[in-house]
Amino acid sequence: MAAIKAHGSLISTATNRVLVTLYEKELEFEFVSVDMSTGEHKKDHFLSLNPFGQVPALEHGDLKLFESRAITKYVAYEYANKGTQLIHQDSKKMAITLVWMEVEAQQYDPVASKLVWELGIKPLVGMVTDKAIVEENEPKLAKVLDVYENRLAHSKYLGGDCFTLADLHHVPTLQYLLGTQSQKLFDSRPHVSAWVADITARPAWLKVQAMRNKH
Amino acid sequence: MATPVKVYGPPMSTAVSRVLACLYEKNVEFELISINMSKGEHKKPEFLKLQPFGQVPAFEDEGISIFESRAICRYVCDKYADKGNKGLYGTNPLAKASIDQWIEAEGQSFNPPSSTLVFQLAFAPRMNIKQDKVVIRQNEEKLSKVLDIYEKRLGEARFLAGDEFSLADLSHLPNTQYLVSGTDKGNLFTSRENVGRWWDEISSQDSWKKVVDLQKGT
Repeated sequence: MAAIKAHGSLISTATNRVLVTLYEKELEFEFVSVDMSTGEHKKDHFLSLNPFGQVPALEHGDLKLFESRAITKYVAYEYANKGTQLIHQDSKKMAITLVWMEVEAQQYDPVASKLVWELGIKPLVGMVTDKAIVEENEPKLAKVLDVYENRLAHSKYLGGDCFTLADLHHVPTLQYLLGTQSQKLFDSRPHVSAWVADITARPAWLKVQAMRNKH
Repeated sequence: MATPVKVYGPPMSTAVSRVLACLYEKNVEFELISINMSKGEHKKPEFLKLQPFGQVPAFEDEGISIFESRAICRYVCDKYADKGNKGLYGTNPLAKASIDQWIEAEGQSFNPPSSTLVFQLAFAPRMNIKQDKVVIRQNEEKLSKVLDIYEKRLGEARFLAGDEFSLADLSHLPNTQYLVSGTDKGNLFTSRENVGRWWDEISSQDSWKKVVDLQKGT
């Protein structure tokens, strides 16, 4: 049986989104590091895996996939019977999960990613944070988190009673924002704060963080 | 006889029209409920119960209430798998994964620059909002880079996810329709041979023609 290969970079939130899913599903995989500092992601070899020249990409036998949220969905459905249940087979329950997966992709991530870049990644790679971008995006994230606070007051997880991809997709960006000035946005919202603490403490996520310590 | 599903929002909204195209493609009967956005109806408590971000569309079907156009489309395709275009969201897991990949590409790479251009060029003038030339130029450049990638892909396959028209192509219809028919940026699509050929094909789908008629009727 061909091995699953996950191509990407350990500082990339999208790569981490895929890695944590593979760990949640208790799947064996090989991590193939893509050296973005030398532009490896823009070279022909990698473009054959992801024509947008972005990380991550997944290979499994003949299957090649890009876009982290398409990869996680494929893995969650294909291995529905293994590891943590991350989706629902019931179409009504799955509909709600799909809604909050789109909320993460369309409402939360565009704003959170800007803050992650300025406050989380730029310091790591020796670049200077643009304070204007932080000031512009913190209020936007606050508005999104107000909606989350209401939702999580009525529902243990975003998709319903159970932890699903809808929650999991947030973990990599959340981790970056914890420990930055943006953490106050979570701390001041009790339901969001409890949810963040819960989902970032999961063993599968701790395994992804351990990968960063090794590489 | 099933109750028609309900879609809330104006058909001229790109996200609403994405859902309508999917419902027509799947032959699912719907009731379109008007939301008067110029009067701020979408920000009122009644509507916020259906869509907490105060955006259109919202959607109801047999006791469930959902939002986000791409989630609604996926739900419709899963629930009504045996209706209308059965292959719209793939008939096996690998096909579905490939379609999801290109729906994500649409949502993450195509939509941000194209929807900004649609707002600046098609909606801002109607709303007496001043256009931002810098924003237009920056997003035209971003969209061009994305369309270069699409040009290569559509030289390898007839449609984005393979040989058949899918939900991935459908997702692109709303923004592209505005840019090609309602602005001077249509050449971004028509000057690229494969992209132009793809646009002609996907915009000729009966389901999309019905949506365009609905948009013209309002």
